[in-house]
Amino acid sequence: MAIIETKNIHGGYGGMNILNGVNMSIEQGEVGVIIGANGAGKSTSLKAIFGLLNVTEGAIELNGENITNQAPHLLVEMGMAFVPQEKNVFVSMTVEENLEMGAFLRKDNFKSTLDSVYHYFPDLKDKRYQPAGELSGGQRQMVAMGRALMIEPKVLLLDEPTAGLSPLYMNEIFDRVVAINKEGVGILMVEQNAKQALAIAHKGFVLAAGRNRFTDTGENLLNDPEVAKSFLGG
Amino acid sequence: MNELVFFINKVLISGAVIGSIYAMGAIGVTLIFSILRFAHFAHGDLMTTGAFVTLFLTAMFPEAGHAVGLPTAFVMMPFAMVITSFLAIGLDKAFYKPLREANVKPVVMVMASIGVTLMLQGVVRIFFGTSSRNLFVDDRKEIFRLELPWELASRKIIITEPQVLLFVFTIVAVVALHYFLTRSRLGKAMRATSDNADLARISGINTKTVVTVTWVIAGCLATAAGTLLSLDVALKPDLSFQILLPIFAAAIVGGVGHPYGAVIGGFVVGFAETLAVFNWAILLRPLEKAYEWDLPSNLALVPTEYKITVPFFILIAILVLKPTGILKGQVL
Amino acid sequence: MSNKLLMNHKKEFLLFGGLFAIILLIMAFMGTAYGLRMLVEAACYAIIAFGLTIQWGYAGLFNAGIMGFMAMGAFVTMLFSFPVNEQFWSSGLAGDLGSVLLKLIIGIVLIVGSIKITRFGVPKKAQQAVTLVLIGVVYLVYMNALAPVADSIEKEVGFIGGFGLPSWLGWVVGGIAAGLIAYFVGHICLGLRSDYLAIATLGISEIIKAFLKNADWLTNGTLTVSPLPWPTPGAADLGFIMARASYLSLTALVIALIFFLLTRAYNAPWGRMLRAIRDNEVSSLAMGKDVNKRRLEVFVFGSFLMGVGGAILATFNGLFDPNGYIPLNHTFLIWVMVILGGAGNNLGTLFGAVFVYIIWTMSEPAALFVFDIIRNIGDSVGWEAPQDLDSRALQARVFVIGLTISLVLRYAPKGVIPEKVARHG
Repeated sequence: MAIIETKNIHGGYGGMNILNGVNMSIEQGEVGVIIGANGAGKSTSLKAIFGLLNVTEGAIELNGENITNQAPHLLVEMGMAFVPQEKNVFVSMTVEENLEMGAFLRKDNFKSTLDSVYHYFPDLKDKRYQPAGELSGGQRQMVAMGRALMIEPKVLLLDEPTAGLSPLYMNEIFDRVVAINKEGVGILMVEQNAKQALAIAHKGFVLAAGRNRFTDTGENLLNDPEVAKSFLGG
Repeated sequence: MNELVFFINKVLISGAVIGSIYAMGAIGVTLIFSILRFAHFAHGDLMTTGAFVTLFLTAMFPEAGHAVGLPTAFVMMPFAMVITSFLAIGLDKAFYKPLREANVKPVVMVMASIGVTLMLQGVVRIFFGTSSRNLFVDDRKEIFRLELPWELASRKIIITEPQVLLFVFTIVAVVALHYFLTRSRLGKAMRATSDNADLARISGINTKTVVTVTWVIAGCLATAAGTLLSLDVALKPDLSFQILLPIFAAAIVGGVGHPYGAVIGGFVVGFAETLAVFNWAILLRPLEKAYEWDLPSNLALVPTEYKITVPFFILIAILVLKPTGILKGQVL
Repeated sequence: MSNKLLMNHKKEFLLFGGLFAIILLIMAFMGTAYGLRMLVEAACYAIIAFGLTIQWGYAGLFNAGIMGFMAMGAFVTMLFSFPVNEQFWSSGLAGDLGSVLLKLIIGIVLIVGSIKITRFGVPKKAQQAVTLVLIGVVYLVYMNALAPVADSIEKEVGFIGGFGLPSWLGWVVGGIAAGLIAYFVGHICLGLRSDYLAIATLGISEIIKAFLKNADWLTNGTLTVSPLPWPTPGAADLGFIMARASYLSLTALVIALIFFLLTRAYNAPWGRMLRAIRDNEVSSLAMGKDVNKRRLEVFVFGSFLMGVGGAILATFNGLFDPNGYIPLNHTFLIWVMVILGGAGNNLGTLFGAVFVYIIWTMSEPAALFVFDIIRNIGDSVGWEAPQDLDSRALQARVFVIGLTISLVLRYAPKGVIPEKVARHG
């Protein structure tokens, strides 16, 4: 059974539809990558899944359970975490406090999760008492992902995690995504660096004008000449 | 020496008293702003309402203070804080929440808070009348006169029991708030919401709880400030707009969204007020004698009637020079 | 054509028809003179409400200090129109006061000059420091020079009196004075978020009141000044009804003029730009509009109207009483008028002003009546009503105003005659 699945969803902001039928599905432990041109509805799809905009048609399922238009904090409780593209850290709080906020809904002791996040992102351990606002872009992205990991999610939604980062950090983030996925976390991410992203993807979804243009495995999409021409920059 | 004692009484003690009051008010305003994103104009009347709840409880149980040796009103204050907090939450549910959910502009929220302030004013005055009240129902205000060990100082330092209670309470409240915001889960969630409300929601923080806690803290501090101010002077039902300006000035001076900034701002505004209306001629009098100056009898920077201009010009100055305030708050 | 007009504006006709009927009823029961007085006052409030509707309705600016602008207008009109105090002008005090004012003017020129020194390469920090010090020095010099003169004026001649000029000049200059204050506040606050303007205007209005109340040498303070001369023949010449009727026609003329100008401005490019700014500041900025300049214009002009309205009202009442200005009657009542009537809609504002003013006036006897019933019921069950029940009864109106604001915001945020969203193209 798919861990996360969108069935023909429609939706948008204030009456304007941006999504016109998006179908996506990834299995437990898979990486799904959404690519497409600007305005194709990539980020909007993620936000729709996370209950941040109104879905007017279609359904979203988490482990077979209908979660369409569910409130975000309930989704977090069900094991889904979301890392927005921008403003994704609490700038006035320390790194460790940021991570604690990720675990807000956990009643148990999350010390071991904290350790594993520091294990994924050793840079953060050194800066744990520094305000997140003082970190570099790449480190902030790590804090943001770390925060999302604190509830030990089954699915992690990432919105352009490498946007604006130097190639060095970009590779590091991709490495981390793979490492996190190896632990069994399903990942659905939007990416601009389509080639690199598809290379690590089990499934790829190419969106155009708010609906699926191509849907296949990452490898097949990489090798598809038509996809390559229009979406991978030749 | 006597001149110095006079200075201590008129400036240091008075400034600290009014500064503590402003600080507690400003913390509430700053928290409400950082969580709910609007300037809460009903804060002055929330203070008055809280003080009247205390008055009501004090009149109900006038003897309660004798048992512990404190003014009854002070003993009743915690109960009034609880009641006022519930009231604040109720006001939020009835008047602010629907607008918040309709996603109105912040200015509309400000207007709504003015509606609330008028309602509170009306209710308080219908039930308690328009004249000043005394919070000492069955007991008396104790006044301490401290003598200084020096011979030249024949005047005494005067400090009242309510003032001592006010200082103690302010310190305890600020320290408690500090620990709440930096150590507790909910306190950190509050800071997170103030920092980035969308991300807080995404992290699973229940914003409703945070809003409730905000009103509880604001309501408690407003009640305490209102009660302790009324204990020190008298309980006036027409405080609202007079005290609003210095409180807002304090919050903005300190940096909006910073509770500590609000405390600093409160004392800055409080001392600025007392220093501005203080008659410096008195302090200069010994020098006048020694050097045979001819000083005018009144050397106050601002006549007492114009005290309200002090917070206003502090406000204007900070808006022109450093709109983010001392602690780099958000710009409203 | 006229039929279509009637159909399109059915609601407006109904509302104003109802209002007219209420006015006739009041005149029938309370007397024509009473009704006329109420109408003149309502008309003055309408002028003030126009000022607010352009600030809030056209541009989304929050003014919580209407009271101050009204009081300023009233003060200036008092100063201009009140008869000359010969005693003051013939004494040496006038010259003394003149020299104090001269010092102040020199000081202000210096301060303004110091703000401009950045043009000569002086760093901004240094300029700010120089300006601050200069403000402090000018302030101290001025205060020290004024104090003895003000004291003598108060002791020897009461206050300086007026200029004995026509009232209408006072109205215009009163409006200009209010506008100048608005310029000062707006200049500082309009670039910041709207809440700051609300706080600052609230502050400035309290300060204006404190000043007018305490500067006895200039305003006669709490002793009040009366009677202010009317521009139209007074009751002594024409009798109450005719005198008030002629005053009413004068105010009606003023309203008609303002209404005409506002309607033109609303539909002119200037008004369209304002609404564009109000509705979407970011995109207006992106289109290269000078948002803050437009806002400042509207804020100053709105405050000008408030000053004029306050001035006309003071002249009508024949009384300048700085203590009589309270935020409820002179700020928030006007808020209710505008948001209930329909912010941004001139007709709605006019309706709201007259309607709310009538309700407000009627609510005083009504509240007393209701509380009297409560007292009687209380008496019959042995409850002793508090001594100050009547003053408490009037406070019930405060509650009602607050409740009205809250309810209108929640259930009818656009008012009874909402702004018509014009569709272009």
